[in-house]
Amino acid sequence: MAQVTLSGITKTYPNGVTAVHPASFSIPHGEFIVLVGPSGCGKSTMLRMIAGLEDISAGDLHIGARLVNHIDPADRDIAMVFQNYALYPHMSVRKNIGYGLKNRKIPQAQIDQKVAEASALLNLDDYLDRKPSQLSGGQRQRVAMGRAIVRDPALFLFDEPLSNLDAKLRNQMRIEIKALQRRLGVTSVYVTHDQVEAMTMADRIIVMNEGRIEQIGSPSEIYHSPATTFVASFMGAPPMNLLHGEILNGMAQIGDLRLAAAPKAASGAVVIGLRPEDITPDAAGPLMLDIALVEELGAHRLLHGSLLGQPISLHVSKDIAASTGPLRASFKPETLSLFAADTGVRL
Amino acid sequence: MKRAAFTNRWLPILLLLPQMAIIVVFFYWPAWHALTSSFYLQDPFGFSETFVGFANYTSLWKSAPYARAASFTVVFSLLVTFLSLAIALLLAVKADKVIKGAKAYRTALMWVYAVAPPVAGVMGIILFNQSWGPLTRFLTMLGWDFKLGVNYYDTAFAMVLVSVWKQIPVNFIFFLSGLQSIPKSVREAALIDNRSASGRFWDITFPLLAPTGFFLLITNITYSLFDTFGVIDTLVKGEPGNNPMTLVYKVYVDGFRGNDMGGSSAQSVILMVLVLAMTIAQFRLVERRIHYT
Ligand SMILES: Nc1ncnc2c1ncn2[C@@H]1O[C@H](COP(=O)(O)OP(=O)(O)OP(=O)(O)O)[C@@H](O)[C@H]1O
Ligand SMILES: [Mg+2]
Repeated sequence: MAQVTLSGITKTYPNGVTAVHPASFSIPHGEFIVLVGPSGCGKSTMLRMIAGLEDISAGDLHIGARLVNHIDPADRDIAMVFQNYALYPHMSVRKNIGYGLKNRKIPQAQIDQKVAEASALLNLDDYLDRKPSQLSGGQRQRVAMGRAIVRDPALFLFDEPLSNLDAKLRNQMRIEIKALQRRLGVTSVYVTHDQVEAMTMADRIIVMNEGRIEQIGSPSEIYHSPATTFVASFMGAPPMNLLHGEILNGMAQIGDLRLAAAPKAASGAVVIGLRPEDITPDAAGPLMLDIALVEELGAHRLLHGSLLGQPISLHVSKDIAASTGPLRASFKPETLSLFAADTGVRL
Repeated sequence: MKRAAFTNRWLPILLLLPQMAIIVVFFYWPAWHALTSSFYLQDPFGFSETFVGFANYTSLWKSAPYARAASFTVVFSLLVTFLSLAIALLLAVKADKVIKGAKAYRTALMWVYAVAPPVAGVMGIILFNQSWGPLTRFLTMLGWDFKLGVNYYDTAFAMVLVSVWKQIPVNFIFFLSGLQSIPKSVREAALIDNRSASGRFWDITFPLLAPTGFFLLITNITYSLFDTFGVIDTLVKGEPGNNPMTLVYKVYVDGFRGNDMGGSSAQSVILMVLVLAMTIAQFRLVERRIHYT
């Protein structure tokens, strides 16, 4: 039985903006699901509807077996970590972490024990009597985590919890959060616009665009078999190369350059997707590229140029000498993605 | 931080001069005058003065009317401060939840603030007019034979009512902006942590309003002690008689109606000391307690 089930969940704000178009999916027990998408695509709105902080305009939301559409946030058995941590500024760390328990009529001795456990887990022991204003960003982040985990909720909700941290701390906390979730086994929904977070943390990723779900799948499905050109261009840095071509006699081709066999029924204009790392320099390869720029990234290099007048990038190992100018390259045909040119949907 | 420096040392002094002049003319000089004349006894026509030392103070100590005014002042200040803060807080919490028409609501409340104290007093007189005042009629309906300016407690009631009404808008605006400066996500976190609305108010909202509340507490005590003069003066129509009066009003009545300059000066010196003590206490407390961010 799924832990969380959304059936046709929709959000229309009073001002008429439909932030989330009917969305249906379910999250099995213990899964870590990441909602990802560009700014304003409705990720937070979706999460806040699950939390109960935003009314659901239409559809049914079940947590466990319970329909929770009209249940108060405090009674949904969820815990949430906010982007700016939302700690209570006048309470000590100890009280911040324990506040949710205190209101659930849990005996003080048990609260103390749970707070102690959480603070040991999060390395907060030395800070329990400080106020949030006396903590660093990373420590506040941990307190926010502590506040969520002491509650033993059925569901964790995270709204961009790491976006206020510097890059190094973000990487560290990313790993910590993921490890913590594994260890506690709590079903989690995590909102981010950072695709690295999405790829590395998720069991499954939901990619959203303009209030609609573009694709739901494991990180590798999302990455290697994007359902739409939007997903293809959103995930990956640099994103998948999208080349305009057509299908003639069952072959996807750009001009006269034949690339791969196309699905039977397809014909007409297509978008051909090719990941930068799936293209390799190869003196005997079929692709004739013109490299205009080499980006040095240390462990590898990014080459930017064009193929038959269309922009293209490729990702090469540092062992391969690279320079601007003409370059022959090959690709593995099975790595190629084809999308209908008009709808952007994968063929 | 960038610091601007004056090159000419006389310029800052020149710029400060008007402000200093105002303080000297309207504060230090009268304060000094009050202090000195509190040690003298003036004859009723103001022709001569006799040094009497602390006699003016000691006679205040024994004076029954002064004790009566002092105890009324304490009760009056506590009531006005408590009621105007509590009602304003209640209104602000309600207004904070209003989304539609919030602006009109706030503007309507704010108008009261623009009413000068004596005008508020006049409105009180109209509302409590003996024969046709709507509030008098209403109270008569409830079986309360209301007599403004005649019955001590009725007059006190009207004084408190008008003073509170006058002060609510300022408190309201401060509380409302205090409420709105509480981050939305903090309230939302509380929504998840605590199902009880009153619990959330007392645990989260109220403590976060404390800095605003403390500031308002001080300004409201000051208001109820001093700025209610206009309200009281209008309500008792300059005929204090048997009516209640605050210490500030008594300074005026004794000095300008009773021509007892020495006694009146002694009273105002006592009030000055009181204000000084309150101000020091305020700064001490503000420094020590109220800073979160
Ligand atoms: N209270 C609101 N009233 C009206 N429209 C809103 C409200 N909140 C959000 N929106 C709109 O709904 C859409 C989705 O907003 P949402 O906050 O869910 O985006 P998001 O995906 O979380 O973006 P970000 O990555 O920037 O946080 C946006 O177009 C936004 O303008
Ligand atoms: Mg958001």
